[in-house]
Amino acid sequence: MTQALVTPPGPARTTSRPSGLFGLTPASRIGLGLALVWFSVLVLLPLAAVVGAAAAGGWGAFWGTLTDAQTFAALRLTVMEAAGVTVINAIIGTIVAWVLVRDQFFGKRILDVVIDIPFALPTIVAGLVLLSLYGPESPVGINIVNTRQGIFLALLFVTLPFVVRTVQPVLLELDADVEEAAASLGASRMTTFRRIILPSLVPAIAAGSSLGFARAISEFGSLVLISGNTPYQTEVASLKILKFIEGDNQAGAAAVAVLLLLVAVFTIVLLDLISRRVARRG
Amino acid sequence: MADTRQIRARKGPVTYVLRFFVITYLSVLVVWPLWEVTSRTFAPTERGAEGGFSAFLERLQDPSVSYAFGLTFTVAFWAVLINTVFGVGISLLITRYRFPGRRILSVLIDLPMSVSPVVVGLALVLAYSTGQGWFGGALESVGIFVIGTTPGLIMATAFVSLPLVIREIAPVLEEIGIDAEMAASSLGASGWQTFRRITLPSIKWAVIYGVVLSMARSLGEFGAVKIVSPGAEFRGETATILIQNRYTNYEEPTAYAAAFVLVLASVLALVVVSLIRKEES
Repeated sequence: MTQALVTPPGPARTTSRPSGLFGLTPASRIGLGLALVWFSVLVLLPLAAVVGAAAAGGWGAFWGTLTDAQTFAALRLTVMEAAGVTVINAIIGTIVAWVLVRDQFFGKRILDVVIDIPFALPTIVAGLVLLSLYGPESPVGINIVNTRQGIFLALLFVTLPFVVRTVQPVLLELDADVEEAAASLGASRMTTFRRIILPSLVPAIAAGSSLGFARAISEFGSLVLISGNTPYQTEVASLKILKFIEGDNQAGAAAVAVLLLLVAVFTIVLLDLISRRVARRG
Repeated sequence: MADTRQIRARKGPVTYVLRFFVITYLSVLVVWPLWEVTSRTFAPTERGAEGGFSAFLERLQDPSVSYAFGLTFTVAFWAVLINTVFGVGISLLITRYRFPGRRILSVLIDLPMSVSPVVVGLALVLAYSTGQGWFGGALESVGIFVIGTTPGLIMATAFVSLPLVIREIAPVLEEIGIDAEMAASSLGASGWQTFRRITLPSIKWAVIYGVVLSMARSLGEFGAVKIVSPGAEFRGETATILIQNRYTNYEEPTAYAAAFVLVLASVLALVVVSLIRKEES
């Protein structure tokens, strides 16, 4: 299921040259018009309204909101947590993908399905699922509510599939000959992995990591029940936006939202670059 | 090749360490919590709360819970319908026609997946709410209210799941090419006939796959919906909002019961998707 969501070269993007395409017919002109109107009404105009609201007070107000001590603490916590989760995912995600592709054991297919669960679950349910084991009344005596570790755990949960699902197909298609050659020339398994396998996995790991980072930065649902939303302690960017909205401070909410939007756009561009580089290499 | 197999299949201690590590990690992070949620659904730890399957059903039959699930299904149905029609249309346009801005459009289409759900909600509020939205006043004068009503919930849900159908259909359309369609139209088939007889059969599975993915995403949407909905009992409280409200109101058994239904729905979606994948290949 997640395969469809994390494939790095966004499949909707067409890279082939538009050769042999039709010119617009009258009917398709109307279709294109309707589609563009709907897309603008649903996506483009509202996003423009966010940028507009953030810019309404001028650069000073925008900058003032973001550098306000409490907001800045929330932003810093969000970036730190997301960065930490991304590093863990890059390592563990690659290991998980490796085991799922190269190892054979009873129950492996179940694990393969388990990877998809964090994506399939609604985010609020993901939060509740974690709280049932690691919340108040935890049967193992761990309570993560209102702690930074809790936020970290929730982010690890929701971003689990990204690296695994981008690395897995690359690992599957890796040519066995090079590994064989390396081994026959006396390279140890570690050397083979480091010098032969890892380099070809790097674009996939990078793509999965940036998707995971973007998701972690903007995560909301799974944190609502877990993060206690204490200023300076456990308040993250998305919950800060909610607090701004509830406090009727639309400009403040828009300022933080624009920052998150920039991260989203940056990620899309980065992924496009990675996928094009991979495509060029063949 | 046999030699390669041996090299790859050689199992050292590292293999077993990694295997053990991965199983432990996934168990602690995903499997055990899922098990715990299931057991709490049928055996609540709260004092005085009844356990068992009939108590679970009873909690779901509570009028406010039925309302929440009814609303969730209505919203998801319309969002998926809109996204499917729009998705098939825009995929055809992007892969079949040449027009200025085609490449920018195909990149922009992907954007909704990467936008934080809270930002989606905020965006819709800033554009359409009666008090502060850009178009709120104009819409109010013609009697249309978007924010706080079911259409607003549908828009928020449609926004976040917009690219799912397109991402499934566009690559398939790209791959099958336009030869068959060209042949059909040169033999005198109308545009609609070509679509119905040639194009649609070949993208059938991709459409179904996209619909299942969008449905799963729509049923579970929380952040965007939370911002645009009043979120009170019988007033715009969807299933996911209900889970939050009940949990924070110390009505855990109901929260767990509703959550378990959504867990089942997502597992069902996973199963259907894997069956479709098999059917395709």
